[in-house]
Amino acid sequence: MTKHIRHADVQMSRRQIMIGAAGLSFAIALGGRSGAAIAATTAAGQALSPWVSIAPDGTITIMSAATEMGQGSMTSLPLIVAEELDADWSKVRIIPAPTIEKIYGNPGFGGMMYTAGSNAVTSYYKNLRVLGAQVRRVLLDNAATKFGVPVAELTTEPSVVVHAKSGRKLSYGEIASFAVVPAEAPSILPEDLKKPSQFRLITKDVMRTELPHKINGTAQYSIDVQVPGMLYGAVVHSPVEGAEPETFDEAKVRAIAGVVEAVKLPYGVGVVATTPWAAFAGRRVIADSVKWSTKGEAWGFGSDKGLELFAAAARNPNVKSTDWFKLGDVRAQMPTAAKTVEAEYLCDYAYHAQMEPLNGVASVSPKGDSAEVWCGTQSQTMALEATANVLGIGRDKVTLHDTLIGGGFGRRGPRDMDFLIDAVLLSKAVGKPVKSMWTREDDIHNGRLRPLSAHFLRAGFDGSGKLIAWQHRLVGDRVTPFADPVRYAKAGKKDFILMLGADAKGYDVAHQLVEQVYEDTGIRTSPLRGIGFTANKFTTEAFVDELAYKQGIDPVQFRLGLMSKAPRAYKVTQRAAQMADWGRKRDGRGLGIAYIDYSGTQVAAVVEISLERKSGAIKVHNVWCAIDCGLAVQPDNVVAQTESSIVYGLGLALTERISIKDGAIEQSNFYDYIVPRNSDVPPMHVEVMVTDNHPTGVGQMATPVITPAVCNAVMALTGVRIRHAPFTPERVKAALG
Amino acid sequence: MATTFTVNGKPASTDAPPDTPLLWVIREGLKLTGTKFGCGAGLCGACMVHIDGKRAFSCQTQISEIAGKSVTTIEGLSSDSSHPVQKAWLAERVPQCGYCQSGQIMSAADLLKHNPKPTHDQIVEHMSTNICRCGTYQRIVRAVERAAREA
Repeated sequence: MTKHIRHADVQMSRRQIMIGAAGLSFAIALGGRSGAAIAATTAAGQALSPWVSIAPDGTITIMSAATEMGQGSMTSLPLIVAEELDADWSKVRIIPAPTIEKIYGNPGFGGMMYTAGSNAVTSYYKNLRVLGAQVRRVLLDNAATKFGVPVAELTTEPSVVVHAKSGRKLSYGEIASFAVVPAEAPSILPEDLKKPSQFRLITKDVMRTELPHKINGTAQYSIDVQVPGMLYGAVVHSPVEGAEPETFDEAKVRAIAGVVEAVKLPYGVGVVATTPWAAFAGRRVIADSVKWSTKGEAWGFGSDKGLELFAAAARNPNVKSTDWFKLGDVRAQMPTAAKTVEAEYLCDYAYHAQMEPLNGVASVSPKGDSAEVWCGTQSQTMALEATANVLGIGRDKVTLHDTLIGGGFGRRGPRDMDFLIDAVLLSKAVGKPVKSMWTREDDIHNGRLRPLSAHFLRAGFDGSGKLIAWQHRLVGDRVTPFADPVRYAKAGKKDFILMLGADAKGYDVAHQLVEQVYEDTGIRTSPLRGIGFTANKFTTEAFVDELAYKQGIDPVQFRLGLMSKAPRAYKVTQRAAQMADWGRKRDGRGLGIAYIDYSGTQVAAVVEISLERKSGAIKVHNVWCAIDCGLAVQPDNVVAQTESSIVYGLGLALTERISIKDGAIEQSNFYDYIVPRNSDVPPMHVEVMVTDNHPTGVGQMATPVITPAVCNAVMALTGVRIRHAPFTPERVKAALG
Repeated sequence: MATTFTVNGKPASTDAPPDTPLLWVIREGLKLTGTKFGCGAGLCGACMVHIDGKRAFSCQTQISEIAGKSVTTIEGLSSDSSHPVQKAWLAERVPQCGYCQSGQIMSAADLLKHNPKPTHDQIVEHMSTNICRCGTYQRIVRAVERAAREA
């Protein structure tokens, strides 16, 4: 029996409930897309997809709306529902939600299904709590009717409704077998939700749902997908965006045993074979023989020369810029300053280096009028749309099976889903399912990078030594228009992926101006863990340190002095310094501190380094990090994510750099793109500072503080400021002279 | 000509060309996908298996080298996730994205088999063969220490 869902106005107080085939099912839309009908039933009245289903045996199935790529959202989001539902966690089963934006869309991304920005918990938190509370209320109302008692006399224990007066109990499963469901979901007021002191799950660590599969090889990533009749594909992409293949040694590719097809694509040359080794053999022949057209912007571009030009544009006020962020009036106030300080910083390209090389599986129908695709994607919405667009078919003709992701860091979420489209086009070409895999070399050469950037900063102090004005001119490759033109347009052509973090947030500076000099070198770019913050906080937090030195004030005290209006910033900064025993001198070691407000999450870290002057090699001995992410839904996972963010930050600070020659990426594998290994990682001391603020993100928040903290530590140790990240031994040696 | 060998105690064979990496035969031929492709160059350790009881990069091992040999993959380390290293990995909540962890676990199991009570430095050195981009290194060391303690 299915009770048809009425047209809804999708307000929090008017939610919709339905009875599904097995027990109770609840299909409720989150967020307020007014006028939208909820697609929770088909025309025939069949349940499409509920958030929560309760089976008569007590099993509670909760949908996970976020992609799992290691950050833990697959557990944290359903856990929030389970908390207010007062579910017995051991009876909860979690399954990935299908791509139905009206039900499962991320309120933080305008209702798209998109897992990025470390915002899953923060965006879904409130709505999922209300949803859980509504389901619990329906169970209570049904139990009240059954017992013939007022609902106010009932309470719940995990998965059980209790009537204390009579000692009677009903399990959620029992209720599900007879429950009558109201046409409209009950309204839940804020005071109906649990108080933090009543939490049984939130703030208590549980085993992440998919973890047992990650220690025995059963966790499935898209590279593991095998479908009947599947062939293997590889594609050599053009080294420069926009270039097209002209010729390649097709006969030699086709002569390889097992090769089924060699096919020119708009942006590259693909090969399809019966085995992966034949596909990779074909890929080698293509790579060795292909000639490219000269279309594309990036031909001739080199990162060394490019960075020089960026730096010149940053320091030249006559180069046209747009104002990204304005507070007060820097243009009027800076000239009144009693003292000004100027500095320049540079930051190289970087690559994601997620461990699972990109891939996709597609099965396009022989007529090309429908498709089934399998891929790990940060956006189910974009994966469906990109497939539909490239095939010229409706989105409803595409079926997506999304999988776990072997590392995302922003690379699995481009609007065009480049890695999936390889599989789609190859499958279309051969009329059979194809698994397309990139080699590590492909993954780097087709990299979409954290941009190259140059930064010019100026600060003004008044006569009393108060910091009154802050100016930051940033020159970097555009990111948002390339990575996601749709969101770029919606954001009013603001390149937020490049520019976020360039201001002096957290510090009390009355006049601030951040300018962007727009550069389109043609280089492929992407959000990369920490987005603009990684380069911009390197710059701004090293600059704040410089200002402290110029004023002759200890860098911690200088920061705290500017944080009087940001108590949470003050506390994490003070705590990180305490954890590191900041005031204690240590022979041959330097301490550096940095602070960030990243989408509301407050992070401060102190690093302790030593340096081998002969080689220029920096060794990091300790990292102390304090993080206030509001309420920590899963505290141990906050620690794990912060450790992860720190390690990623160490790579960006010390070794990770991509260079470009004639428009193409020069690096190829882990021998020339150096990421941190176990022996590179110092003891990390992470403290989660518990506050009752709304939970904010944790998946990348500590990454941007590491580069400036290391920079500041080198300054403390040597008196030399290194202005170009990463701080490779050669650069450090050159800077030390 | 088919090459025959043993995988997880069972006979296996492949007619892949002799220079084919063992990795692809395990993953796509035998459908044991717990062993991962990471770099294809012996640099990251995602493909780590045991060959005749010692860890080996399956991406760097050609089929021609394994005739008659015994290969163990993550699927064969235990039938029920009960290997001390696997148990320690869960107890220390090591995995994040999880993609490298089969290789990490195979490396750790190899270490403890040959050196049941390794020092901290020995653990770090041995485990530095494997890259984890999620940076779970601190927990990996803790888990190996736990496995050594509880084995």
